[in-house]
Amino acid sequence: MTALARLQSQYDVAVIGAGPAGMAAGAETAAAGLATLVLDENGAPGGQIYRAVTVTPVRAPDVLGAAYWRGAELVAELAASGAELVTGAVAWSLSRDLEIAVSLAGASRLIRARRVILATGALERPFAIPGWTLPGVMTVGGAQSLLKASGLIPQGRVVLAGTGPLLWLYARQLLRAGGDVACILDTAPATNYLRALPHLPAFLASPYLGEGLALVREVARRVRVRRIVALAARGGDRLGEVVFHTARGEGRMPCEHLLLHQGLAPNVNLALSAGVPHRWDRGQLCWLPAADRLGDTPLPGIAIAGDGARIGGARVAEARGRVAGHAAIAALKGGGRRAAHRAGARSDRIGRAFLDALFRPSRRLRLPAEDGVVVCRCEEVTAGEVRAAVRQGCAGPNQLKAFLRCGMGPCQGRLCGLTITELIADQQRVAPQQVGYFRLRPPVKPVALAELAALPRAEAPAPGGP
Amino acid sequence: MTAAADVIIIGGGLHGCATALNLALRGIKAIVLEKDYPGRHASGVNAGGVRMLARHPAELPLSLAAMEIWTKIGDLVDDDCGFSSDGQVLIAESQHEFDAMEERVRALRVQGFVHEELIGVAELRRLVPAVAQHCPGGIVSRRDGAADPFRTTQAFRRKAVELGQRVLTGIAVNGLVRRGGSWSLQTTAGTFRAPIVVNAAGAWADRIAAALGEPVPLEVAALMLMITARMPPFVKPVVILRGRKLSFKQLRNGTVLIGGGHAGRAFRDENRTELDWRKLASSAHTVAELFPVMRAASIVRAWAGIEARTADELPVLGSSERHAGIYHQFGFSGHGFQLAPGAGALIAELIATGRTNLPIAPFSIARFAECGAGKGAPAEAAPRAQCAG
Repeated sequence: MTALARLQSQYDVAVIGAGPAGMAAGAETAAAGLATLVLDENGAPGGQIYRAVTVTPVRAPDVLGAAYWRGAELVAELAASGAELVTGAVAWSLSRDLEIAVSLAGASRLIRARRVILATGALERPFAIPGWTLPGVMTVGGAQSLLKASGLIPQGRVVLAGTGPLLWLYARQLLRAGGDVACILDTAPATNYLRALPHLPAFLASPYLGEGLALVREVARRVRVRRIVALAARGGDRLGEVVFHTARGEGRMPCEHLLLHQGLAPNVNLALSAGVPHRWDRGQLCWLPAADRLGDTPLPGIAIAGDGARIGGARVAEARGRVAGHAAIAALKGGGRRAAHRAGARSDRIGRAFLDALFRPSRRLRLPAEDGVVVCRCEEVTAGEVRAAVRQGCAGPNQLKAFLRCGMGPCQGRLCGLTITELIADQQRVAPQQVGYFRLRPPVKPVALAELAALPRAEAPAPGGP
Repeated sequence: MTAAADVIIIGGGLHGCATALNLALRGIKAIVLEKDYPGRHASGVNAGGVRMLARHPAELPLSLAAMEIWTKIGDLVDDDCGFSSDGQVLIAESQHEFDAMEERVRALRVQGFVHEELIGVAELRRLVPAVAQHCPGGIVSRRDGAADPFRTTQAFRRKAVELGQRVLTGIAVNGLVRRGGSWSLQTTAGTFRAPIVVNAAGAWADRIAAALGEPVPLEVAALMLMITARMPPFVKPVVILRGRKLSFKQLRNGTVLIGGGHAGRAFRDENRTELDWRKLASSAHTVAELFPVMRAASIVRAWAGIEARTADELPVLGSSERHAGIYHQFGFSGHGFQLAPGAGALIAELIATGRTNLPIAPFSIARFAECGAGKGAPAEAAPRAQCAG
C-alpha cells in the first residue's frame, strides 16, 4: 500500500507545512489526542529554516549554527506526539469546506479535516535586476538550500547582494563551511537607520539583538561590504561580472556566482486560492492574510501560523504554531483559549519592526527602473511591457493576466506577483492595496492530467450553492 | 448625481458592449452600467469558442449572422480579438453517436443549413490526428474557431467608447421605475435616466427581469475550465463532445484549454466560485481517453465563470412583454460568446427600427409567463424543472 493510500480520508487537524510553525502546531494537536496530519512538500521535515535538519550531510554543528539545530528537537517532538507526518506531499487545493487535494508520488487524493492550519512559510521577495535570469545568478535562499540539503558550496568568486537577515546568516554559514565570499553588496538604503530608530527600544529586549550583532561582526571581519544603490548581472552564456552603482559612481567585479536576496514575504498562494482575504502591509511590503491573534482567518476552520501569516522568523513561527495548535484544541475538544493566548505572548517580544525597517529593500530595487528587465520569468514579460499595459488602461494584476499572461505560468505569480503589484501601483500613483493581487486559482502547484483523471469522479450536479 | 442617455445598458459584458457599439453605429447614445468591470465574469473567462456547430436550430439564424461579423471582426472593433478559424469538430465516440450525427446533419440540410458536414474516420484523423482509435467520425463546421474572450470584450468596450458611448464600471443597479416617458434607474452612483433600457446583466439579469414583473428562472452556474502548461502543437480545430461533456482546444501558445460545461458552485452575491474537483476529474478522464498524448500534460490552473442558464438553454432576447422601452439580452446558457456580436446588432436594430428579419420568437420572454409573473417570487428559488419549456 502506498503512503497516499494509507492516509485516512478525514482528520481532526491537517497542517500544511512542516517548518517551525507546522511542526509546533501538529505536535500540540496530536499530543492532545487529535488525529493530526502534517503534510510537507520536501523530502524531510524542517521547512526552509530547518531544511534537511534530520538528513543534512553538514554535521559540524557550528557551520549551520545553534539556531538551526533547534529544528531537530522540533522534529523529535512531532514524532513523539503521534502526528502523522507525510513528506513529499503537495497540497494543491484547499476549499472552504476544508477539503485538501494532496499529491504524493504521482497520485492524488482528496482529504478532509475539521481544522486546517496553513504553515506554508515564506518565499524570497523577487529581485529583478538586469541579467538576473543568467546562469550563475541565483537566490541566497536557493544557495542555502543546497548547503543544508547537500553540503554544496559555490566554487569560484562569489558575490552576495541585497539585504535582510538571511543574507548575513548565509554569509556566515558559507564562511564557516569553508567557502569564500568576495564581496557583499549591501543594498539597504542608508536612510533605513533612521526608519529603524523608533523601533530600537522594543528591539533592545529581543534575543535577536546580541545574535545579530555577533553575526554581522563575524562576517564583516572577513568580507568586504560595499553599500550600493543599483546593480546588474552581465555575461554572455552565463554570469561574467556584476556591475553596480554606489553613491560615488560605478563599479564592477568579475564573479562566477551572484547570490541575490532582499527579504522574505509570506507564501500566500494556498490561502489566497482558498479565498482568505489579504491586505497590503506597508512595513513588510507584501500581502498578509487576515488572521487574528490565534491565527484564525475569517474562513471557518482555516488558520494560518508562522511566516505564512507574517514574517517573524523561526522563533515567532514556532510560538505562533503552538498558538494555532491550542486554538484548534480549544475548538475541537472544547475548553478555553487561555493556553493559546499564553503561547502567543512569548512571540511578542521579538522586536521584528526594527528588523523590517533596518533591512527594508529599496524602492529602486523593488521597482525595476530599466524597461528591459524581465519581471515574469514564466511568460518572459518585462517591466516596460507592464508599464505600457498600465498606460493602455490595464487596471490591475488580474487584467494584466489577459494583457500579458503575467501570473498565468506555472509559478502563478510566486516569482513576479509583488513586483507586478508595485509596478502597477507606482504607475497609477495609488497604494498597492488599491491595485490588489492576482486571483489565484488551484491547483496552486501544477498537477498531471493523469493524476487528476484518477481522482474519484462525479457526473452528478454539485449540491448546495444558490 | 443624475445622468441621462438615449439608452442605458445594464451589464458591461460582451453582450452589453456589443449592443453599445452597434447603437453608436446607428447614432444612438448609450450608457453602459457595469457592477464590476467588463469581462469580469462569463464574458471574460469563458472558453472562447466561436461555434455554429451543434447549436439548437432556433439559434442558427442568429449564429450564422454573428459568424459573418466574426469573419470581419477586425473591421468592426480594430482588433482581431485573437479569432482564428481552424474549425470545430464534434467527435462521435461510438457508432450510435455517429448515426445520430448523420441524422442531425441530414435534418439541418433539409432546413437549408449546410455548415455542418459529416466526416468519417479518415477525415477525422486528418483534422485531429491525436484522437483515440475508438472514434468512428464526427461533424466538422469548418468556418468555426475560437477567440480570446477577455480581449474580445475589451475590444468591443474600447470601440464603443471611441465612438462616444460611456462604459461606467463599479456601478450596480439596485432598481428601476418608470417615470413619465422615461426609466429611472437607482444605482450605487446615483440615478440614471433613459427612455430605453437593455437588460444584459448576465447571471444577475433575472433580478432586473423580476423587478420588471416578468421573472425568468435562471440557474446560476459556475462553468469550470482548466488549462495546461505549454505542449508541442498537436491539434488545430476546437474539439467538442456531446455524449460526455468536453470542449478542448490548443491555444496558439501551446497551452490546452479544457472545458465543456461541468459546473462548480457559484456564489453570485460574493462574485465567487468554487471548483468541484470530482467533476474536473471527469473532464480529465475524458481527455485522457480521447487524447492519450494528454496524459502527461500538466494542469496549471482551473477556474470558473459565473453564468446563467435558462430552463430550455435558449436566450431571452428581444423586447419586454410588459413594458415599452425595455429589451432583454441574457440567458445565453453557456454558449453566448459567439452570438454576442450578432445579438448586439439585433438589439440595436430593434431599438432603432422596431423590427428585425431574424426569427427571434423562440427567444421571447413570453415563454416564461407561466413561471409566476408578477408574484415576485425570488427567481433562484424556482427549480429548473418547473419551467421546462
